[in-house]
Amino acid sequence: MAKVIFTVGDDISTDIIYPGRYMATVLPSETPQFAFIDDPEFNGRLLSTDEPQARAIVAGENFGCGSSREQAVSTLKGHEVVIVAKSIARIFLQNAVNLGLDIVIAPNIEASTGDELEISENQAINKTTGQSFEIVPLPKSRQEIIEAGGLIPFTRTRLLAG
Amino acid sequence: MSMTIVEKILAKAAGKSALKPGDVVEPRIDLAMSHENGALVINQFLQIYEGTPLEPKVWDASKIAIIFDHRVPAESPKTASNQKKVREFVREQFIGKFHDIRGDVGGICHQILPESGYVRPGCVVVGTDSHTTSHGALGAFSFGIGATEMASVWALGKALNVEVPATIKVIVTGEFPEFVGPKDLILHLIGKISAQGANFRVIEFHGDTIRKMSTSGRLVICNMSVEAGATAGIVPADDETVRYLKEEAGVEDSLEMVFPDADAEYDELIEIDVSKLEPQIACPHTVDNVKSIDEVHGTAIHQVVIGSCTNGRLDDLEMAASMIRGKKVSQNTRMLVFPASGRIYSQALGKGLIGDFMTAGALVMNPGCGPCLGIHEGALGDGEVALSTTNRNFKGRMGNPTAAVYLCSPAVAAASAVTGVITDPRKGDN
Ligand code: SF4
Repeated sequence: MAKVIFTVGDDISTDIIYPGRYMATVLPSETPQFAFIDDPEFNGRLLSTDEPQARAIVAGENFGCGSSREQAVSTLKGHEVVIVAKSIARIFLQNAVNLGLDIVIAPNIEASTGDELEISENQAINKTTGQSFEIVPLPKSRQEIIEAGGLIPFTRTRLLAG
Repeated sequence: MSMTIVEKILAKAAGKSALKPGDVVEPRIDLAMSHENGALVINQFLQIYEGTPLEPKVWDASKIAIIFDHRVPAESPKTASNQKKVREFVREQFIGKFHDIRGDVGGICHQILPESGYVRPGCVVVGTDSHTTSHGALGAFSFGIGATEMASVWALGKALNVEVPATIKVIVTGEFPEFVGPKDLILHLIGKISAQGANFRVIEFHGDTIRKMSTSGRLVICNMSVEAGATAGIVPADDETVRYLKEEAGVEDSLEMVFPDADAEYDELIEIDVSKLEPQIACPHTVDNVKSIDEVHGTAIHQVVIGSCTNGRLDDLEMAASMIRGKKVSQNTRMLVFPASGRIYSQALGKGLIGDFMTAGALVMNPGCGPCLGIHEGALGDGEVALSTTNRNFKGRMGNPTAAVYLCSPAVAAASAVTGVITDPRKGDN
């Protein structure tokens, strides 16, 4: 079960998730504090220790569009949060798979802040409203990377195999 | 089996005879480009080798390009230290295509790659920058990836798990009216199909208008294809591509052209006639919020920016200078000009354009990304409005989440700098 800590609309760009001015910060471990930093409320909820460990952000279409900056993924990855979006932009999706950020594509998802989501392989159930939403599974090529624990171990294995 | 141009390029790079959308391949990479974010790529690259007996070594140092452009010269000790780390890595690994902070061979990565002759028709190019789509202008399949994926490319020389994208064929016909050009065309297309209209697909450009377009213009439309969500934009190579590579980029070896099959299958067909196109403006805060200039003319602007990997090339500066020569930048605004590379800066200097700008009151800055992504120079004040020839207007893009950015062509930007309000360059009222 994951609690929705906030919801966002369509076309949320990486400039919103992780503003360009913090891009000199490159180490993934240093990035979490800057998630949604231009929105003090969202940033506060992500950083708050009062919120439950299992959290979700619910987004509209084309989440993560714009820049290829990987910090937009590592900043969220530092927060034990699942992103449930109607659709996800290509580079963000690939970066999320590569770094192991928990993402779920549910094209019809409806949820409000505070709702509880139960996410299984095929569906996301909004326990608060009782509605359930279909999940589009990631293609097999991407699941392989997730199963390997991300692109770094995946590449390492390939490299060692020659 | 008939194929689109990207299917053909990928088939060759992956050693397959035929491919269709959805197939998964591991293409070999011809060019792997990074900028300052090379610092993060290095971090991820070294992690791949952790706990293995292998020495971290890039697969082919001659195929890696690193260009400093996002924060040049460094705006903070942190950036300077990242750049230092990259410089050391470049030296250790003998990376050949390195462009440091220099006035001769420095500049924005998406200008340096074409002008240095690094990109050829039929190549597979990856870059840790979303506007890597630019290089489709030379008939290459060129797309943006993240830093970890680049680390994997550095190690293996190929991209893993690439899904063959479907292709949209865009046919552009008609002659551009005066003061209307490639930027207006691509803004119009993005407005028409939306910021997600080409998600996970390639846009292949065809038609008389494209055949007559210079490489500079093709770079504009491929650059901004990503703003419609496209994996890549691509213009099949032709005589103009050969001319550009030989005459402007100094390429001497023979070029291998790749063309789509005449009966290739496309996911969607879009036809555009530009002969009646008006100057287009992308309004805050999404690139697909596109309007014709008459809907927004008269909007007060506090900063005009001319430059970036979209519109910081010589023809853009020539157009802007012609609008402002003998006039003055309005007291109500400020105008910043960022040539896309040192070479363009020198060419503009030779043509007297830099003098035209300075005399008019515009400030000509060093080549680089400048204010485009709001981390360096030219940030906006609270509530201010900018009119810019760059490619993104997301909230906060120019460094201030309370500011607003409009996107336009160099002609509109320069005409508006004179009046201090968004102005139609065709009306001659500036
Ligand atoms: S000019 Fe702007 S869009 Fe182009 S590479 Fe630089 S930051 Fe990115």
